[in-house]
Amino acid sequence: MTAASMRGRFVQVVTELLDAEPRLALVLAEITADQFAASGARERHPSRVVNVGIREQLMVNVAAGMALEGMRTIAHTFAPFLIERSFEQVKLAFAHQGVGGILVSSGATYDVAAYGRTHQTAADVALVATLPGWRIHVPGHADEAESMLREAVRSDDAVYIRLSEQQNAAAQAVEGGGVVTIRKGTPGALTVIAVGPMLDAVEQATEHVDATVLYVATVRPFNADGLRAAVTGTDVVLVEPYLEGTSTADISAALSDLPHRLLSIGVPPTEHRKYGTPAEHNKAHGLDAPGVRDRIAAWLEHHAATQQ
Amino acid sequence: MLRFYVVVIVVVMSDPGGQHNRVEYSGLSKLIGLMTGDEKHSTSATSTLDVLWVLYDRVLKINPQDPDADDRDRFLLSKGHGPMAYYAVLAAKGFFDAELLRTWLRYDSPLGLHPDRNLIPGVEISSGSLGHGLPLAIGMALGLRARSNDGPRVFCLVGDAELDEGTNQEAIVVAGRFGLEALTVIAVDNQSASLGWPDGIAARFALEGWSSLTVDGRDHDAIESALTAPHPGVPHVVVACVEPKS
Repeated sequence: MTAASMRGRFVQVVTELLDAEPRLALVLAEITADQFAASGARERHPSRVVNVGIREQLMVNVAAGMALEGMRTIAHTFAPFLIERSFEQVKLAFAHQGVGGILVSSGATYDVAAYGRTHQTAADVALVATLPGWRIHVPGHADEAESMLREAVRSDDAVYIRLSEQQNAAAQAVEGGGVVTIRKGTPGALTVIAVGPMLDAVEQATEHVDATVLYVATVRPFNADGLRAAVTGTDVVLVEPYLEGTSTADISAALSDLPHRLLSIGVPPTEHRKYGTPAEHNKAHGLDAPGVRDRIAAWLEHHAATQQ
Repeated sequence: MLRFYVVVIVVVMSDPGGQHNRVEYSGLSKLIGLMTGDEKHSTSATSTLDVLWVLYDRVLKINPQDPDADDRDRFLLSKGHGPMAYYAVLAAKGFFDAELLRTWLRYDSPLGLHPDRNLIPGVEISSGSLGHGLPLAIGMALGLRARSNDGPRVFCLVGDAELDEGTNQEAIVVAGRFGLEALTVIAVDNQSASLGWPDGIAARFALEGWSSLTVDGRDHDAIESALTAPHPGVPHVVVACVEPKS
């Protein structure tokens, strides 16, 4: 039986890969350390499963130091601590040194909404995207997360995998970072790009609309050729599960020589000060199916009105 | 026969600062002068000079002709600013041609105010932002351990003011707790930390289980003996005291 949650699958797959790959190492800062103890990985590989305590900056540099010694290393903790707290380490320890590594976060955006702002980040992907050479994966399903993880361990690249508690009902074939066409509209139809866990809400929001629905789970490098081949009209909507506009520049660049209009839907940069559940936050930001439907409809209406 | 000659020529050319060009300690000042343009050097250029010389002349097992060999000792200059002494010692030992020092700080030069491991042979880490070297050194020591490569030692040079950076405190605790015997820190103390380290730097490491020695940072024999003192089962710090920063 395979773990249903992305984080559970991460523990399961990395435990298996540690047994199979002598070059693989895992560096932790307490978070998820208990699960890797329960999986037996820590006991079987004490020199390759390292828990440095609640020291995230050290964790990132230790992972890079092991990479400098030829290890393929994974560093893992909650997204705000892995990326925001340790950002200079991420910047200098990998690309600047000239080595790769794998960062795996859990607790995406407001997955742990009830913990409050300290444990929420919508900015992690935007931050990592400022650094050269990183592959950034935003899986929408545990099966996708597993294939991304296996691919990352096989490579020597710098890879960020953003695990979420929110996922779609079904996995898509995202190997190789492709743009998956979920549904094709008529020629000239609106194109809606759903990123990672946003797919189910996007499909629901557009079920009565003539639209091409595309799915992307690898946002850096953004698959420009795949997007160009799949768009059906001039109206393009991007729906991301994190900071609004994180990938708009990439989409604009991909379509730079084609007439197009772009609406970006995502999490606004606000100090929201709310607890509750991810579903309540999605609703508040218009990131549930009704919210996405309304945003798209209002945008299209506004466009129609200005054309008259 | 022709092929044999080609190989010989390549070897000679790849050894521009090789055996016949080696410089002794007394020649370092001249090499630094190739960068700074004079024979009188600032304290930031020379606070590390003696420990660097002793490391490369007497302690580190590293071959300038094969600076990436897997059995080499690793030396990480964490205190990346004021790297003139470092560059001078590397040139003196033949890691690169001393003539390169004349290009210092030029746009296309590999030698900047902070060293880049991707540009200079034998440089283990790109440093400059303080507080990254020791955490990376721990990762390298753990990497060696994970690969069962038990021969090499990992040396990391920090400054007393650099220890202000909190990441070093994370590192000191963890290296002590992990008992990283392969790791040696050289802390060059020129009393440049504004808020100081009451009771001395060595005590901060010793509290976390490190072996520690404090020496005169200009006394070559004392530096050598401190850097080669055995410290079974624990990491080791050598505090090298030099004249206060002026």
